[in-house]
Amino acid sequence: MTTQELNDICVQVRRDILRMTYEAQSGHPGGSLGCVEFFTALYFKILNHDPKKFSMDGVNEDLFFLSNGHISPVWYSVLARAGYFGIKELSTFRKLGSQLQGHPTNDKKLNGIRIASGSLGQGLSASIGAALTKKLNNDKSIVYCLTGDGELQEGQIWEAAMFAAAKKVDNIIVTVDYNKKQIDGPTDDVCSLGNVKEKWKAFGWNVIEVENGNNIECVISALTEAKLQTNKGIPVVILLKTIMGKGVDFMENNHKWHGTPPNKEQFEKAIAQLKETVGDY
Amino acid sequence: MKKYTYTEEKDTRSGFGEGLLELGKTNPNVVALCADLTGSLKMDAFAKEFPSRFIQVGIAEANMIGIAAGMTIGGKIPFAGSFANFVTGRVYDQIRQVVAYSNKNVKICASHAGITLGEDGATHQILEDIGLMKMLPNMTVINTCDFNQTKAATIAIASHKGPVYLRFGRPKVPNFTPKDQKFEIGKAIILNEGKDVTIFATGHLVWKAVEAGLILEQKGIDAEIINIHTIKPLDVSAVIQSAKKTKCVVTAEEHMRNGGLGDSIAQLLSMNFPVPVEMLAVDDKFGESGKPEELMVKYGLDTTNIVEAAQKVIARKQS
Repeated sequence: MTTQELNDICVQVRRDILRMTYEAQSGHPGGSLGCVEFFTALYFKILNHDPKKFSMDGVNEDLFFLSNGHISPVWYSVLARAGYFGIKELSTFRKLGSQLQGHPTNDKKLNGIRIASGSLGQGLSASIGAALTKKLNNDKSIVYCLTGDGELQEGQIWEAAMFAAAKKVDNIIVTVDYNKKQIDGPTDDVCSLGNVKEKWKAFGWNVIEVENGNNIECVISALTEAKLQTNKGIPVVILLKTIMGKGVDFMENNHKWHGTPPNKEQFEKAIAQLKETVGDY
Repeated sequence: MKKYTYTEEKDTRSGFGEGLLELGKTNPNVVALCADLTGSLKMDAFAKEFPSRFIQVGIAEANMIGIAAGMTIGGKIPFAGSFANFVTGRVYDQIRQVVAYSNKNVKICASHAGITLGEDGATHQILEDIGLMKMLPNMTVINTCDFNQTKAATIAIASHKGPVYLRFGRPKVPNFTPKDQKFEIGKAIILNEGKDVTIFATGHLVWKAVEAGLILEQKGIDAEIINIHTIKPLDVSAVIQSAKKTKCVVTAEEHMRNGGLGDSIAQLLSMNFPVPVEMLAVDDKFGESGKPEELMVKYGLDTTNIVEAAQKVIARKQS
């Protein structure tokens, strides 16, 4: 798949996110828009997976866990676009009876999702567990996990970080969505994360920094490099600098779009900035 | 009254340890996790025998629950152990989200439950754990009564697909149930058939209920004694059938009254066959330091309390 084709998917995914959150009049567009390149790169370029044959155990496949479950719109859109389920399902997001719950869950048997997330700080531990099982099963695949940066305020993240380094869980690649925003404001104002890179290093991780996490080529090369760094006795983390609200001018870099859907006027203004590429759901 | 004898007193946690070791030998998918209490949980034999399948997590129970849930993906059956307090209340949201709601095949193994933990005091003596766990959809809740039963339950839950909370304890108690018994989840065990009153007991109170039955017999009272090792799913038909026969009920447990076994039985009976119920449990207070037996007396969880409750509930039935 060419860079142009991947970028076309990114635009379509952004349209999906806007339409889903607008139609539901709830959800989290900001972080979702910021992570579009990451999800597109992961599912269309990096993961060794078979969307048509999803299984809970994912034997001999790469696994992905979303720890910051509130950015479910981008995950649902990319899962559908990658072929895990029909894109028409996206219209049910957050509605009664939907498999596309507000926060992701395996409880509704949606292909692509292996565990519930939403209450923050827990996905990294689960990812480590899945990685340990892969090692015990002599399965050489990689486990990927995405966390938010505000989520790093949760203590459990650091319990997990300490464990992974101590036990040499080196078949895992964690990415931090480093947009420096959370629901109450900039992370620096809410509770500064301090030097995130040095923290991960001090916890024994191999840190890869990406300055432009909204450039798909940069994201692909970082993930490719991270793969090369696996199986070396040290867990790998990518600090992916992204822009909350990326792709919609009035949403960019504004924490107010963390958990607020656009109203009609805002939606029309936003969707006009993103022309349909591979087809609306 | 049916006679029960025992040759030794043993701790239920050692039954767990033996059961786990046996599972290690028979089921390659069983893995064990512990948060720095391997000796207290009697998991050391498993850890020594199967080092690659034992995960020492350190003092990080939240992480342990998450790792256990993740390990099920790919087919492992994790037994995650710590003190009951640290593996329920401390990590309730973790259990709720990644174990219960996600319906993962995790076995939460809780030792030192209740006040019989003894001298460490109230910070460690959880009396709310059964309530916390039974409120979670998908969760099975088991509280075994002696060494043999705990060993059997440990082995049995590996074959049950889904989240299980297995509660056991620290003190040595009479080991009176059969060796190598088959443990059936959700199946109440009638220890004595009687007609005047039913005593539903769980955990350490089961043996005390047997003792109470002997005293009641001397007083001319014919007590039915039922071991409710599985609090959820409750053996609905066994409870209702017995209540229909005796028409009055005593419940006995080493737990808070709110949320405990008595709560479950009263709820079931009030909706199906209302009879007078007396509940032996801790009444809305924290425990304290002391020897286990002293605490059981002070908190009203002794054999004599069961006898008194039985007499009281029979009087209520007759009035």
